[in-house]
Amino acid sequence: MLQGIAFYLLAAVATVSGLLVVTARNPVHSVLWLILAFFSSAGLFVLLGAEFLAMLLVVVYVGAVAVLFLFVVMMLDVDFLKLREGYARYLPLGAIIAAVLLVEMIIVSVAVVQGGAAAGLPAPGAPDASVTNVEAIGRVLYTDYVYFFQAAGIVLLIAMIGAITLTLRHKPNIKRQNPGDQVNRDRRKSVEIKPAATGEGVSAEELL
Amino acid sequence: MPDLSSALHLAASEVTLAVGALVLLMVGAFIGDKSARLVSILSVLLLIAASVIAIVGPWGVAFNGAYVADPLAIYAKSLIYLSAAVAVVLGDGWMKRTRIAKFEYPVLIVLASVGMGMMASSGDLISMYVGIELHSLALYVLAAFHRNDVKASEAGLKYFVLGALSSGLLLYGSSLIYGFAGSMRFEDIAAFAQDNPGPGLVFGLVFLICGLAFKVSAAPFHMWTPDVYEGAPTPVVALFATAPKVAAMVLIARALEHGFGDAHAQWSQVLIAISLISFVVGAFGGLAQKDIQRLLAYSSIANIGYALLGIAAGTAEGLQAMLMFMTLYVIDQLGFFAILLSLSKSGRPIRRIADLAGLKKDRPLTAVALTVLSLSVLGMPPFSGFWGKYYVFGAAADAGLWPVAAAGLVASVVAAFYYLRILKLMWFDPPLDDIATDAAPVEAKWIGWACAAFAFPLVIVGLTWLEPLTKVASAGFGNG
Repeated sequence: MLQGIAFYLLAAVATVSGLLVVTARNPVHSVLWLILAFFSSAGLFVLLGAEFLAMLLVVVYVGAVAVLFLFVVMMLDVDFLKLREGYARYLPLGAIIAAVLLVEMIIVSVAVVQGGAAAGLPAPGAPDASVTNVEAIGRVLYTDYVYFFQAAGIVLLIAMIGAITLTLRHKPNIKRQNPGDQVNRDRRKSVEIKPAATGEGVSAEELL
Repeated sequence: MPDLSSALHLAASEVTLAVGALVLLMVGAFIGDKSARLVSILSVLLLIAASVIAIVGPWGVAFNGAYVADPLAIYAKSLIYLSAAVAVVLGDGWMKRTRIAKFEYPVLIVLASVGMGMMASSGDLISMYVGIELHSLALYVLAAFHRNDVKASEAGLKYFVLGALSSGLLLYGSSLIYGFAGSMRFEDIAAFAQDNPGPGLVFGLVFLICGLAFKVSAAPFHMWTPDVYEGAPTPVVALFATAPKVAAMVLIARALEHGFGDAHAQWSQVLIAISLISFVVGAFGGLAQKDIQRLLAYSSIANIGYALLGIAAGTAEGLQAMLMFMTLYVIDQLGFFAILLSLSKSGRPIRRIADLAGLKKDRPLTAVALTVLSLSVLGMPPFSGFWGKYYVFGAAADAGLWPVAAAGLVASVVAAFYYLRILKLMWFDPPLDDIATDAAPVEAKWIGWACAAFAFPLVIVGLTWLEPLTKVASAGFGNG
């Protein structure tokens, strides 16, 4: 009962906030609605017993991706009103695509219900209560799936190399921080004591 | 895991490349861009070493069927690695001439080769997808490598956006296939498809084929090809036209024949349709082109159509014909692009077809090489391109696809027009101006001549060992 209420509540909030992401006028609000949608989806994962995925969703999507979006939205001078100009013009096309997607999803769901899909195959058994999500993933990540895991790591490495290659520019005449120099600097190198006679004052030439 | 060491032994060529790329990255990061030449040389050695390792390595299946090292994979990998090595050599000279020497270029090609190797030996949907992403991400960066060039940036961006779209199609198809078949492994999918290839599975299969057709630039998924070929740096295009195409063709063959062997009736129709559209688009699209690299893009679209026809036949002969065709095609293309790289006037590369006018006066040997390569791509006997088409059309006709083969023949006659135009310009037209072409870079010149020499007459000798080799590769397919 309580689970049912929680499911419908979270699902409704996720759907509505998803809609608001697209329709909100202010892009910052859009990002905030997006965060709400992520949170609600995380709640749905918890209901499914996938607490690790829920954690990941909150940590990665809310904590990193959404914050990055906020930065981008706030720092880039994008005229969102201008981007929105074609909204009415593209609405019919968007509606058609949405309708096609809906029909496809219904067809797939019907196929699943009628047993056309992998319904004949045994469903993955409920995990042992003593095994947590993290442990279950950890057991296979570096054993059964080590090949994919390492390859995905190389994909990320390529993304990093690409970003650096395409954007890093070594311009001349730029002062760069040299931590080694900074650390090695001490009092003897940077401060010089010049004798000054008492009561006579100093002139600028003497200091140089 | 006790079998990890044996699995790593099977995948030794990929492991070598991946570890080698990391080492080269370190070398480059510490020495800086001065090391571009050194890293290039080491990359070429690494790629050659990887292909040797692949050839002498054992056959088998590893990582729960995700990695297949069978003769087909090994043949494809040695072809992929060697053509990637040629692209590194061509790129090294090009970077030096355009003064943008960077050590990332060879490193990215090596990393892309890891992905292409994964594609060639993927035994399930995840390794297929990861391999595709691995190599295409590196290729997107390479397309935009000349970042101060607006066209190169445009090419990179276009390739990236459309590539992401095609990955979406591929993933959607894969998820449907997984949902209906209940397994990621091609073997299990084949077992499921044998009993009941229902509409859901076929739906996923069609999406999968669309996504893969995008990667080989087969029409109607070819939109990115002309722009990317035109904008991206020439040595990078030489890579695009060769290694990734081989990897993706082998992947298509494996996914369809290994994963959906009994649903041949379903996918062969799709492949035939794609081949037919590719013939038409490639042949007629090329007629109006003024830029040589755009012309080659349309030529590649048509040629991929021929190669797909070999797979559509669905027989071992078809697969062998596809391998023969791709091998000869790769050598032709490498030669073509090497010669393009060796041609420049007053420091600017020759890009317009009209600029080739009167080349025989200036550079007679290069004109001969370009003539041989053009006649070969056009499919004139006894040049190498003819033999590729001969095998493909033969296999298609044997499988009862002779109407499609006839259409391909007609398309290659139409396409002949644009190659003949190049020949006419080079041999019979007066030069546009009196400016002589610049001295050709040594490596590009020799690679171009060597490929032309292979296209004719070496191909006659080459065929005698290529044929048994591809026969072994296509026969030992799937059962590592």
